[in-house]
Amino acid sequence: MELILAIILGLLFGFALNRAGATNPENIINMLSLRDLHLMKSILFAIGLSAVFLFFGLAAGLIDPSHVSVKSAYIGVVVGGALLGLGFAVAGYCPGTGLAALATGRRDALFFVIGGLLGAFIYTLSYGWLSEKTDLFREIAGGSVTLAETGNTKYTSLITSLPGSFIGIGIGLILIIVAWLLPKKILS
Amino acid sequence: MNKKGVLPWAMGGLFLALAFSLAVFLVKPIGVSTQFVIASAIIWDRIDPNLITETESEQGGYKSPNAYLDKSNGKYAASAANPLNYSFVFVLAMVAGAFLSALTGGDKPRNGGSRMPTVWQNRFGSRPGKRYAVCFISGFIILYGARLAGGCTSGHMMSGMMQTALSGYLFAIGAFATAIPLAIMLFNQKDGGEE
Repeated sequence: MELILAIILGLLFGFALNRAGATNPENIINMLSLRDLHLMKSILFAIGLSAVFLFFGLAAGLIDPSHVSVKSAYIGVVVGGALLGLGFAVAGYCPGTGLAALATGRRDALFFVIGGLLGAFIYTLSYGWLSEKTDLFREIAGGSVTLAETGNTKYTSLITSLPGSFIGIGIGLILIIVAWLLPKKILS
Repeated sequence: MNKKGVLPWAMGGLFLALAFSLAVFLVKPIGVSTQFVIASAIIWDRIDPNLITETESEQGGYKSPNAYLDKSNGKYAASAANPLNYSFVFVLAMVAGAFLSALTGGDKPRNGGSRMPTVWQNRFGSRPGKRYAVCFISGFIILYGARLAGGCTSGHMMSGMMQTALSGYLFAIGAFATAIPLAIMLFNQKDGGEE
């Protein structure tokens, strides 16, 4: 059953990435160089709307809180994000869109994917050393934390004075408004 | 600007939101970059069969002498030993989904643009070797960074931020702090482009 869901949800996600224009590196590069924010508007809108759906669903008891899965916050999240950003700007691909772009017939994406496999492999080899010799895995603000209470007791929330649904839906609505107000381009 | 095969921004966003929301509703948040580790571990295990071995002592049933594959009760070792698991099949289906979309009128490279995007060609010329080499190196840095961060654009930025995870916002700040200045520096030079 789970594998059937994997196929349905994976197909939907790949389809959506392509139709949003995210599998085209032209669109990613023009977004990051602030010359065409079409895709940025889509992404912000998607995150905002998903947050509204999620926190509404959690509050209404429609979504099982155990499905919530929060990744830990540590120094390496920022450092790794910054590394990813460098390649993102130059190539116009990220892990998911690079794989999806390969499927749409982009040949440069093949080299991206092979490089990615090697990068993942070298990371696998270096993890032991990194975790022993560096501070990269030192947690920030308690690690696996959210701003809004999710109802999953594995994760603590940083804001406890207001209900999680209020914070979660509020953040979602702000992201939707930002997506709406964001100009089509900032630089030319 | 009219983009062939690409939906208006609100429709594209709605489509993506549907995928991310349904995934959490039915199973768990979407993520991709872990599967690069699983795929490379599958290949590595073919070359060195001692990499992943069965064990009674670990919860997942598998262990590895490699610290990363062995972490969290051998979670990644177990996934690489059994590729027919939810997360790996999800990523394979994502590839198929993009293929089907491109086949049925979605975005795909047009007019011989399969080697590089126009914005690259305008700035760095049309030699494919240069573009391929840069994509290879970028892929390496991106996946190394994503695994160090514990997730990528899908897992941290989209799935993380929708759950209001602190890690998602930190990742987004880190990624855009380097990506936006570098993209502007590389691609917004007037002299190289066709204005």
